[in-house]
Parts: sequence; structure tokens; C-alpha cells
Amino acid sequence: MADNAEILSGLAEIVEEVAGIDTAEVTREKSFVDDLDIDSLSMVEIAVQAEDKFGAKIPDDQLAELKTVGDAVDFIAKHQ
Amino acid sequence: MTDGVVVTGFGATTPLGGDAASTWEALLAGKSGVGTTQAEWTEKFDLPVHISAQLAVNPTEVLPRVQARRMDRCEQVAMVAAKEAWEHSGLGAIPGEDGAAVEAERLAVVLGAGIGGAPTLLAQDDLLEEHGLRKVSPLTVPMLMPNGPAAMVSLEYKAKGGVHSPASACATGAEALAWACKLLRDGEVDVVLAGGAESCIVPITVAGFVQARTLSSRNDDPERASRPFDTGRDGFVLGEGAGVLVLEREEFAKARGATVHGRLAGVGLTSDAFHITGPDPEGEGQVRAMRKAVENAGLQPSDVTHVNCHATSTVVGDVGESVAVRKALGDHPVLTAPKSALGHLVGGAGAVEGIISLLSVRDDVIPATLNLVDKDPKVELDVVAGEPRKTTVDAALNNSFGFGGHNASLLFTKP
Repeated sequence: MADNAEILSGLAEIVEEVAGIDTAEVTREKSFVDDLDIDSLSMVEIAVQAEDKFGAKIPDDQLAELKTVGDAVDFIAKHQ
Repeated sequence: MTDGVVVTGFGATTPLGGDAASTWEALLAGKSGVGTTQAEWTEKFDLPVHISAQLAVNPTEVLPRVQARRMDRCEQVAMVAAKEAWEHSGLGAIPGEDGAAVEAERLAVVLGAGIGGAPTLLAQDDLLEEHGLRKVSPLTVPMLMPNGPAAMVSLEYKAKGGVHSPASACATGAEALAWACKLLRDGEVDVVLAGGAESCIVPITVAGFVQARTLSSRNDDPERASRPFDTGRDGFVLGEGAGVLVLEREEFAKARGATVHGRLAGVGLTSDAFHITGPDPEGEGQVRAMRKAVENAGLQPSDVTHVNCHATSTVVGDVGESVAVRKALGDHPVLTAPKSALGHLVGGAGAVEGIISLLSVRDDVIPATLNLVDKDPKVELDVVAGEPRKTTVDAALNNSFGFGGHNASLLFTKP
């Protein structure tokens, strides 16, 4: 089980890999769409990689609700 | 009187070089881009062809990593060539940015591929079969769709004047330039990024071309394998690469003070409706394409001193083209066959060879056809061999023909 800090850093690595955004930019309060400019296609890639990394299933209807990095970290922490 | 169409920029990435200048230099130096295919699958599938013309510079080495990972290699090579062409044109700022020379609505893209994103299709199908839906990339469709290369370039340069993707197999790149020319003459737009791209050196395309008996299997001597017009020719060598030209309405280019490298003075597009892969043995469609291009430019056949041939190094095709050139233009044109050095870039060929034809006009030099040791006696025209030939080239005709019976001829002239 990864703690929240580990999930955040792991998620930041995935975002960097998929969208080329510096890991330091990927902080809890950032919106994936509005702040990090990540499109819907990249969000699917990020979700699949996060599922593999943390063993947390992210259904499509839930993915749409994960607006910020913090939302995603909390969801993964709860469902891993 | 319609506006003329001028070339203000060009870019290429080919088996001979990572840009247009290095490609041209290598071509004049008589270098070959053909080698042993660097892939494990030739042995795995026991393919009889182990040679190809792979890119001199991997596009992932020059594109930003994230941009590259969202694109099929065919889209990557289109982007590399487009970036060079845009830079070369001096258009500068992208439409919508301060100081942009062209409006987004007056900029179009006409760029196609012959095979396109098939490698992505195959790779993603493997993932689906092996790992199921979750592993299939959400980028699969934009990476494999035939309009992908054109669409990717339109995004990069904010082109809102239309994005068009001709698909005519090995004539695609040339057909793209022809349609771009028509758009500009109609005054639809001021500037077009036009060209062709291909990267399909993968097992299934090689196997398919092998089964169609079209590829050279001179595995022990790759650099001698592509030998258009030579009696020893035994098929083409599959290559990869892209070429993009910046074409502009002459008035527009003049008004912005652009450097003009030459003009696309005439275009001719015809079709054979004869056979799905074989050319019409009478060459009737090819003759009409060449004549149309010359008439379209307001010139006479006698004005065309040089033909940059499609000649792929197949037994039937090369002779057929030389006969068609004689019928269309006469005995005077001097020929060359750049696929002897580049291999066959399929959808990219017409655009890259269009650039080469333009450079022959600009620099008054015709590159040599490599490996032309024993010219086929049925080829009754002068073919440059051995060394490049310095000669005045006022008008160069560039031919491209494709599976499906597509014939495209482009006529380039001096500024």
C-alpha cells in the first residue's frame, strides 16, 4: 500500500511520461485539464498506467470526476 | 489570368539525410541510402528481402518526446519535414501569434501517405490480442488514420484553411503538390504546406510487396540493389521518409518579400483504369499526365529538358516510363532516377523527388542514377549516370505513378 506522498510522486512520474509536464508542476491543487492542459486521450493513458502502478481500478465514470491531481491521489489511496 | 504558384520553402527527411540540404548533397555525391534492414523480423518470418532504405536520422531524435509519442512514425516524418519547410520559408510566427505573415484561414495543408499508420494498427492489434482492451492506446485511431500526418501538421501550424489528404499509393506526395497548386490558383488560400510521408518498413508491407513480386532481393549487395533502367534490375527497395514544400500564391509571396526557389508551373493528374498494380503497357495515362503538366504550364514539350523519373527499378515499369516520356515529350529530355539512391519512399516519394527536381532547376545540375552499368536497350533516352551533370535546367518534369493507376506529373521552372 502506497501512502499519499508516494501516490502523488508516482502519479507525477506518469504525467511526466505521458504529457511531458515536469513532475514538480504536478501538485495536489492542479486541475488536469485547466492547469496541466492534459486532453481526454492522455487522461485515459494516465488512468491505465496509474491502475497498473497502484492496483486501483478507475472506472470511466469516476475518471471524469477526478478534476485535480489531489482528487486522483485520494481516489487511488482509497481504492488501491 | 490565375496567379502563379511558387516554392518558398522545403524540408525533407530521407534515407540520405535528416534534412533537404543533406539529402541533396548525398544524392549529388552518389551515396546510397539502401542497407540491410535493421530489424529482427526479417529472419523471424524468413522473408526473402533483407534490405531497405531506412531513415538517416530517427525522427524521435529531433522531435520533442511527448509530441513524438503521440504520433505514428509516418506522422513523425511528416512533422520533421514540415518544420524544416516552415523554417525555410521565412513565414516565421505561427498564425494567430504576433507578426504572423499568413492568416490561419488562408493556410492549408495537403499532405498524404500511401500506407500511413498501418504499423500502429498492427502494434495495437497485437496489444489487444495479448493483453486485452486496457492496453490499447487511446491514440490508436489518430495515429493510424490516413489523414493523421496532414492533421498533425495543421495542428502545429494552426492551419484553418483546410486539411486534405490525398491517397494514391506511390503517387501520393506528387498528387498532394498538384492539389495544393490548384487550391492556390483558385485563390482559396495564400499558403499551403504540401507533401507526402511514409514509414512502413514493417513485416506485413514487406511480405505483401514480396508476394506481389515487386521488391529487389539483392540482399548481398544492398547499395547496388536499386538500379533503375539497368538490365540487372530486379525490383524496388522499400524506403521511408517525407518531403514537405511551402507553396504560395506568387502575389502573396512577393508582397511579403519571400525568397522564391522556383515555381510549380504545371501539374497533370490522370488515371489508367487498367490494372490494380500494373501500368498500362501503352503508357497512355502517363503520357497524358506529362502532356497535361506541360500544357498546364503554358509550355511546349521541347521546353522540358529534364525528367526526374518515377523509375523504381522494376522490370516492366522503368521501360514503360521511358517509352511514355518519348511519346509525351520527344527524344530530347535527359532522365534521372533518384530512387536508385533513396529507395522507394512510397507516399513520400513524390514530394521528396519534387524537391529534388526543384533543386535541379535551381542549381542547374541533374543527379546521377546510381548502379546504371548496363542500360536496358529498350530505354532509348539519355539517362544521367556516373557523375551528376551540370547543364541548364529551365524546366524539370517530375513523374510519380501509383498502384491503382494513378499518374501525377509536376513541372518545376525557375523563379
